[in-house]
Amino acid sequence: MLAEIGQFTLVFALLLSLLLTVLPLYGYFTKNNSLMHTARPLAYLQLIFLLVSFLILVSLFILQDFSVTYVWRNSNLELPLRYRISATWGAHEGSMLLWLLIQAIWTGAVAFFSKSLSRTQIARVLSVLGIISLGFAAFVFFMSNPFLRSIPAPFDGNDLNPLLQDIGLIIHPPILYMGYVGLSVPFAISIAALIGGKIDDTWIRWSRPWTNAAWGFLTFGIVLGSWWAYYELGWGGWWFWDPVENASFLPWLAGTALIHVQAVSEKRNAFRGWTVLLAILGFSLSVLGTFLVRSGVLTSVHAFASDPSRGVFVLTLLAIYAGGALFLYAIRANKLKSQGGFQLSSRETLLLANSIIFSVACFMVLLGTLFPLFFEAFGKKISVGPPYFGSMFFMMMVPMTVLLPLGMYYRWQKDEMKRVLQQLLPSLGVTLLLAMVIWFMFKPLNLKASLGVFGASWIFVSVLLYFKQYKGKLTRAVWGMQIAHIGVAIYLFGVSMTEHTDFEIDSLMLPGEVKTVQGYDIEFKGVEVKKIENYQASQGHFVVSKNGKVVAEMNPQKRYYPKKGNPMTEAAIDPGFTRDLYISLGEKINEQGGWAVRIYIKPFIRWMWGGGILMMLGGFWAASDRRYFRHAKQMKQKNIDQYLKA
Amino acid sequence: MNKTIVKALVPLVIFLSLVILLYNGLGKDTRLLPSALIDKPVPKFSLPSLLNDKIIDNNSLKGQMYLLNVWGSWCPNCRIEHPMVTEFARQNIIPVYGLNYKDEDADAKAWLNQFGNPYTDILVDLDGRVGIDFGVYGAPETFLIDGNGIIRHKIVGELNPQNIQNELLPMIDKYKNTIKN
Repeated sequence: MLAEIGQFTLVFALLLSLLLTVLPLYGYFTKNNSLMHTARPLAYLQLIFLLVSFLILVSLFILQDFSVTYVWRNSNLELPLRYRISATWGAHEGSMLLWLLIQAIWTGAVAFFSKSLSRTQIARVLSVLGIISLGFAAFVFFMSNPFLRSIPAPFDGNDLNPLLQDIGLIIHPPILYMGYVGLSVPFAISIAALIGGKIDDTWIRWSRPWTNAAWGFLTFGIVLGSWWAYYELGWGGWWFWDPVENASFLPWLAGTALIHVQAVSEKRNAFRGWTVLLAILGFSLSVLGTFLVRSGVLTSVHAFASDPSRGVFVLTLLAIYAGGALFLYAIRANKLKSQGGFQLSSRETLLLANSIIFSVACFMVLLGTLFPLFFEAFGKKISVGPPYFGSMFFMMMVPMTVLLPLGMYYRWQKDEMKRVLQQLLPSLGVTLLLAMVIWFMFKPLNLKASLGVFGASWIFVSVLLYFKQYKGKLTRAVWGMQIAHIGVAIYLFGVSMTEHTDFEIDSLMLPGEVKTVQGYDIEFKGVEVKKIENYQASQGHFVVSKNGKVVAEMNPQKRYYPKKGNPMTEAAIDPGFTRDLYISLGEKINEQGGWAVRIYIKPFIRWMWGGGILMMLGGFWAASDRRYFRHAKQMKQKNIDQYLKA
Repeated sequence: MNKTIVKALVPLVIFLSLVILLYNGLGKDTRLLPSALIDKPVPKFSLPSLLNDKIIDNNSLKGQMYLLNVWGSWCPNCRIEHPMVTEFARQNIIPVYGLNYKDEDADAKAWLNQFGNPYTDILVDLDGRVGIDFGVYGAPETFLIDGNGIIRHKIVGELNPQNIQNELLPMIDKYKNTIKN
C-alpha cells in the first residue's frame, strides 16, 4: 500500500511540475496576473509531494518491504539501519528521486527567497525550473521508477553494494546533488531573462548568491567524493580522473568561471552574453554528467547501473534544455551587447582571463572524458589516462595562480599595471621568502612541487596583504572571495606536497615484524578474523611508534560481505595535520601468518580537502552578502515600472 | 540574419554535434555491435602468466583456437559469468585462456582459490595496456581467436548458454580447420 501512495505522490508531483511549466509562463505571455500568481504555490506543492514520495521510499527501506523491486535489490535483512536509510539513494532509481526532490527544494527556495523579484520575473524563473522538474520527474516515473513491485516478494533482499556501506556515501550524494541541481537556478534565471529579452544588472545580481551557494555545495560534494575514494577504495589515491569524477568536476569548472564573470557583468555591464552562456554551460554539464554516468556510454570504476534506453531519455532532456537554451540565446544575442567599456589593463580583463582559463580547462577535461567515444565513432578504441589530465591541468593552473592576486588588486575599467605591480611587490618578496623556507624544510622538492609551493605562497601572502590594506571596509562578498582564495592556496600546497613527496612501500610482513618508514616504526601484530555487523573481517593489527613512543594503533581490514560475496579493502588511516599514515591489507601470503601490506605516508593530504572546505565556506559566505537582497529590494519598484512598460 | 545572430549560433551548432556524438556512442555501446578487430590478427602481446613464471606471447598460443576471457577479481559480472566459463572449459571444446585485466595478482589468486580456476593459463595485464590494444571496454569480455591468430568473434558482457550456443559454437565449427597440430 505504502509503495502505491509513493507512486501516487510521484504522479501528482509530475502533474504539478507540468502545471508549473505551463500556467505561469502562459500567464506571462497573456499578461494574466492570477495565472502568474500560481507559480509560488505550485512550487511549494511540488516540493511537499516529492518530499512525501521520498520519505515513503525511505520508510520502505526501513520497513524492509522486499516486494518493492528497488528495495529488494539494494537492501537485506542484515543491513544496519543507517545504511538502509542511505540505500534509498544508493542505486540509480532512488538517487534520481533524490535528485528530483533536491530540484524541488531549490525551486521552493527560489519561490521563498524571491520577494524582491517582480511577479513577471518570478513567474518566468519558476516556470523554467518547472520545465526542468518536469523532465526529470518524467524520467523517474517512466524510466526508473523506484516504487515498482515484484510479486511474489522474495524472502530476503540482495544487498547494498558494500562500497556504499559507508558514512561518506551517506552524505556525499545529497550534497553533490545540491550542487549539481543548484546550478539549475542561475540557468533558469538566465533563461527567464532571455525569454523577457533583457538582461540587466538586477538579474545578474540576483543570480549571484544562488550561483555561489550551488557552487559551495558542489565544491563540498567533490571534496567528500575525493575523501571517500581515498579511504574506501584502498588505493591511497584521492582523484582518479574517472569519467564519473569528471562528471562532477566539469560543472564545477564552469561554475567557477561563471562566478567570476558574474562579478564583471553585474558591476560593469560587460560580458553579459558570456555570463548567460556560462550559466547554460554549467547546468548542461550537470545533465551531461548524469547522462555519462547513467547511460553506460563510458566505463568507469564507479560503474552505475547503465541502460542505453535511459541514456536516450537523458540525452533527449539534455538536447531540449541546452539546445533550447542555446537557441534562445542565439535569437536574443542582439540584446546582449555589452555597454561598459574597459581598457586592456583592468580587472575586467583579468576576470575574463579567469573565466577563459576555467572554460578551457573545462573543455580539456570534457575532451579527455569523451575522447574514447570520439575515437570509437571512427572505429578506433583508445583510453585516456591520468597523465593527460594531470599535465593538462598543471598547465592550466600555472597562469591561474600567477594571475589570481593581480585580479584582486587591479581596479575596474582602467588601471596602471605599474601601480598594481608596485602594490604587489612586498607580497612577491614575502612569497619568495615563505616558499624558500618551505622548500628547505621539505627538500628536495621536484620542479612541479616547487612551483606548486611557490604558487600557494603567492596566493596566500597576497590575500593576507590585501586584508592588511583594506581592513575594516570589507563586505561579506569580499570576505567570501578571500576565504575561497585562501582555500585555493591551501589546496594547492596540499596537492603539491601529497603528490610529490609521498612515500609508499609494498611488502610481505610476518607477525612481529617491524618496518621503519620515515622515522615511524610500524609493527605488525597479526591478523584476526572477526564478525562485525553484516560482514566478516580479517582485521590486521599494527602498532606505530616514533622514537619509542606509540603514536597510533591501526586496524586495516579485509572485509567479506557474504551476501554479494565481495571482498573489500578497508584501509586504516591515522590522520594528521602534516601527514596521514595509511595502511591497507593485501592478501594472506603464507601459512606463517604473512600478509601483503601496503604502507603509505601522505604528507599534508588533509590540507587539500581543508582547502576545498574553505572554498565552500567562501562560496556560502559570499552568498549571504546582504547587498544581493537589500539592493534588489530597492530595485523592486524600478523593475516593476520597467516591466510594465516593456 | 545578421552577423551577431550567426555568431551566437556557434554554441548551438557545437552542442548539437556533441549530442550526435553522444547518441552515436550510445548506439556503439549496445552489446550487439562487433569489435573493430573482428577478422583482424590478434594484437601483439607478451605478458607474464599468473600461474607460473612463463611469459605468454602470440607465438606461444599459435596454432590453437582458443577463447580469451577478460576478467578481474574486481568485476562483479565476472563472478556471475564464472560458472559458465567453468562449464565451457570443462567440455574441452577449445582451451580457455584468461586475461586478468587491471587486477592485483594477490586479489586474482584469492578469487581463483575461492571460485576455482577454469583457465588453461592466465595472462596478467596489470596496467591494462594489452586490454586497450584488444579494445576491451570493460570486463567481462570474451574473444574467439582461431588457429591463424585471427580474432573471429567477441562477446561483450557475460557468457551465457544462448551466446555460447548461437554465437560461439557455430563460429568454432566454422573455423576449426585453422587448428594446426
